[in-house]
Amino acid sequence: MSPTTIWITVLAGSAVCLALKLTGHVVPGSWSAHPRVARTAALVTVALLAALVAVQTVASGRELVVDARLPALGVAAVALLLRAPFIVVVVLAALTAALLRAAGMP
Amino acid sequence: MPRSARPTTPPDERAVVRQALSVSVATGLYGISLGALAVVAGLSVWQAVVLSLLMFSGGSQFALVGIVGTGGSAASAIATAGLLGIRNGFYGVQLSPLLAVRSWRRVLAAHLTIDESTAVATAQPTVRLARVGFWLTGAGVFVLWNAFVLAGALAGNALGDPKRYGLDAAASAAFLALLWPRLRTALARYVAAGAVVVAVVLTPAVPSGVPVLVAAVLAVVVGWWSGRSHTHPAPAEGGSR
Repeated sequence: MSPTTIWITVLAGSAVCLALKLTGHVVPGSWSAHPRVARTAALVTVALLAALVAVQTVASGRELVVDARLPALGVAAVALLLRAPFIVVVVLAALTAALLRAAGMP
Repeated sequence: MPRSARPTTPPDERAVVRQALSVSVATGLYGISLGALAVVAGLSVWQAVVLSLLMFSGGSQFALVGIVGTGGSAASAIATAGLLGIRNGFYGVQLSPLLAVRSWRRVLAAHLTIDESTAVATAQPTVRLARVGFWLTGAGVFVLWNAFVLAGALAGNALGDPKRYGLDAAASAAFLALLWPRLRTALARYVAAGAVVVAVVLTPAVPSGVPVLVAAVLAVVVGWWSGRSHTHPAPAEGGSR
């Protein structure tokens, strides 16, 4: 992406996010209290984050690649199971990948 | 501050102040990784900082940066960030009657409506404490998150090859950490598993960024037509952004 395209992405994305926040504060609560709407919104968040985990871990452009990211994600999962704070989870994953790469893993 | 300096502060108010501060510090530190990843993905330090100030929602920011970094289109980056921001709209619905503010204060409240401020506010027993919790957590996270994003962006700029430091794996872990507290119900776990399969299968077939959006469509289908589980978009505990 060119710097201009990135600026447009940043500003448009931010505008959309603020508009969504404001909408919640000004609309009457009745329509969104519907359990079907609320449930769907929660699941969309789950699906997006899960798909982002997958893409960020095994995709390289449009290719599927298994490299140091996968074991690093495993370490992150163990850290989360042990209730480690978020910053610790992220640092442990980075450290794992860095060490594996220093040892020769792609 | 010595205790004698605020003799009239009741203990429940001190508890909410403590909670707001600890959530702010924990979340703020997390901003380091966002700042570093943003620069690695191709944003300038300024773009990372502006993104953080204006978007101010961790999940959406990580998503936008991740899609820019993997060569996705502007449209898919904006769409994914927006879809992840929908939950903030639902938080607004819960917070609006609690805060009861108008005009510019309402815009400010909307901007500070994120997982952490909503979680602290809705956990309080009284309206007064909920308001203290919301504003303190919102302001605390805003200040620290943006400061640490700047620090991370400057550090990321100085690092060089991101792979050598495992920063690409840090992005995976960040998304997993955001996802983790939302997997409490069986339905959520099924949808997460389905989204992973969809994303992996579609990656070689369609442009970057699109697999993630297709996974969101899957969630809409499942959420709309499955009548069993009630999963409200409750804010995740402990400050996951």
